[in-house]
Amino acid sequence: MAELKAKTPLDDFAPMTVGTVTLEETDLGILTSVAPFRDRAKAVADRVKDGHGIAWPANGRATGKDGARAIWFGRDMVLVAGPTPDPGLAHDAAVTDQSDAWTAVTLSGADAEDVLARLVPMDLSVATFKRGHTARTQIQHMNGSVTRVGADRFLILVFRSMAGTLLHDLQRAMESVAARG
Amino acid sequence: MRLSCPICGTRDVREFYYQGAAVMLVRPAPDAGEAAWDAYLHLRENPAGDLEELWSHDGGCGAWLKVTRNTVTHEVKKAVLATEVKR
Repeated sequence: MAELKAKTPLDDFAPMTVGTVTLEETDLGILTSVAPFRDRAKAVADRVKDGHGIAWPANGRATGKDGARAIWFGRDMVLVAGPTPDPGLAHDAAVTDQSDAWTAVTLSGADAEDVLARLVPMDLSVATFKRGHTARTQIQHMNGSVTRVGADRFLILVFRSMAGTLLHDLQRAMESVAARG
Repeated sequence: MRLSCPICGTRDVREFYYQGAAVMLVRPAPDAGEAAWDAYLHLRENPAGDLEELWSHDGGCGAWLKVTRNTVTHEVKKAVLATEVKR
């Protein structure tokens, strides 16, 4: 049997640094959207906490760390990134495998905030958007998800089909921020 | 223009999709008669002032909102989740 290798959305794109900002593709592992059925949010939250050791995030928040994250992903929906989901979750929630559906990149560096300020129509400065905060918003014209995972590190997700556009938009913004010195 | 999503906070209008006047939340009964259904489908108020509208935050959390907006000044006075209006 031939050994098949999964292609990442950006096809193993090598990390790129422009000025102070570095862009790299991020392998989040298994992505699962978990949308609790009506009035079952508590049961789902407990199961995610007990089974995966990740606290259920409030609106606009992300919990966990590299390898196992729970990212708020819209109204009544959370994206569990990393672990294989507990099959029992399906009893209380709509559980959907999203592993191949999203492009994930990490943007880091002193000017990462300035780069995103050119693309995202909301305030991502640390005063209002701290570590562990997340938002469903737009990156240029793409609907996506932005999470601050470190002091100057952002995790950005867009649909997999938008991988090339995301790369293009981020690269242009990185270059224009760097050009201003 | 910015809209205050009850879930996400105040966001730029480009994250939102505009559906129109919030009449879709007051669907007539199936036997309400032709006049009521005709009005529901086709007739809209066109006020110069406050209007209740439906907006979808589809570039954000995905929720439908009932927004009270002044059509003259574009002041957004109120935004609530459409699900809360229904119940």
